[in-house]
Amino acid sequence: MSSNILAEGVLEALSLLISMDSYVLDIIAVSLQVSGTALVLAALIGIPLGAFLGLTNFPGKALVTALLYTGMGFPPVVIGLFVFILLSSSGPMGSFGWLFTPYGMIMAQSIISFPLVAGFTMTAVMGVDKNLIQQLKSLGATKAQATLATLKEARLGVLVSIIAGFGAIISEVGAVMLVGGNIEGATRVLTTAIVLETRKGNFGIAIAFGIILLTIAFIVNFTMLRLQNKELRGNE
Amino acid sequence: MNEEFTYKMENISKTYARKTVLQVENLNIKKGEIFCLVGPSGAGKSTLLKLMNFIETTDTGHIRFLGKTYGPSQVPPLNLKREVTTVFQRSALMTTSVWNNVIYPLKIRGKKIDENEMKRIEKILDDLGLLKLKSRRADKLSGGEAQRVALARAIVFRPTVLLLDEPTANLDPANIHIIETIISKYVQEVDSSIVMITHNIFQARRMADRIALLHKGKVIEINSKNEFFENPHEDVTKDFLSGRIIF
Repeated sequence: MSSNILAEGVLEALSLLISMDSYVLDIIAVSLQVSGTALVLAALIGIPLGAFLGLTNFPGKALVTALLYTGMGFPPVVIGLFVFILLSSSGPMGSFGWLFTPYGMIMAQSIISFPLVAGFTMTAVMGVDKNLIQQLKSLGATKAQATLATLKEARLGVLVSIIAGFGAIISEVGAVMLVGGNIEGATRVLTTAIVLETRKGNFGIAIAFGIILLTIAFIVNFTMLRLQNKELRGNE
Repeated sequence: MNEEFTYKMENISKTYARKTVLQVENLNIKKGEIFCLVGPSGAGKSTLLKLMNFIETTDTGHIRFLGKTYGPSQVPPLNLKREVTTVFQRSALMTTSVWNNVIYPLKIRGKKIDENEMKRIEKILDDLGLLKLKSRRADKLSGGEAQRVALARAIVFRPTVLLLDEPTANLDPANIHIIETIISKYVQEVDSSIVMITHNIFQARRMADRIALLHKGKVIEINSKNEFFENPHEDVTKDFLSGRIIF
């Protein structure tokens, strides 16, 4: 029975993709648009923040780091609730009119993924040999030049931070459901479509969306892994 | 700039966690000499090198460097600071090619690498037996190769002062020979000063023009190489040379 549903799902996914079904393509486009934009924003905030935390010491750093680690494990649905309240008509950002729009979803997903990007970047930067920084300064590097070189050294970890950030938001359902409202053609993404189709009993379509979601996640991770392997191998 | 000395240090000291690790009354480094610092572990040799490279600043006294004087917490401007560099005992290289590591000091100085410059750098690599490895990732090198890359990137920008913190510790005789040869050649070619910490008194005998013995943060004796080994003035030096002071 279950294997039949799975086979049907695979066939339906293929058929939907081959026929370039506009309903499916729209959902894929919204998913990539929302999560892609959110990831770019998260990287713009998270990478500099992580680098700063990894390279400097200041009073209260332990507290900021603890907050960041808490953010890394924060339930997305709670962030969704928080953003929902912020964007609701009576909330402080209600005048923006972002509730039930992709903007609200981007905001929620950025908040979900930036602690991951910042946290992994911080760990990567802290892992760079401290002797290297001292030796580059001894060679005449300014503080800014040494910092740039350190970030380059930590590039593998920064790459991992981006993979982790993307993985967390492309597969996330709670926040986008709350903030986006799962409106067809506007805020419906792969995860919320899976929930909807499952509830309607359309297991085939739901599985099709699941396969598409997994494929996207696989392609992204595989590409990143290829880059990582290339980086690790280097010139022998 | 036409001074006989690259460094003139007077009454300098450094204290960490209330412990004074270095206290030097007078120490001068001449232009064009190889000056070796010897002494047991914890004598303050590496601290002295850090002060000379302005990685750390002195707590008291002053350091006259290339004609200008720097007191506690004072460092030279970037252009003068860039006249000195250190090769450390354990070299840390960037995870990129040997070539990129070697040209890094030139890049951060905004120097363009034209054809002549490229030939000059390749000559340095060739002298150090690294030319064939120039495209190799630096993190894939052996310890001896990595140390030679560290020396190449230090001399590529022709610093006036080259500080060496046990540059050949744990290296095999072949690598030691290559590094010593290049250091001797460099001091003649560039009219620079070289200050080298070594635990190997045979190396000090081979390389040094003058030698200083540091013990418990103080300079015990400074002498020409021959005097230091043949006719040491201080009892501590005699004990050190006879192995009665453990490294």
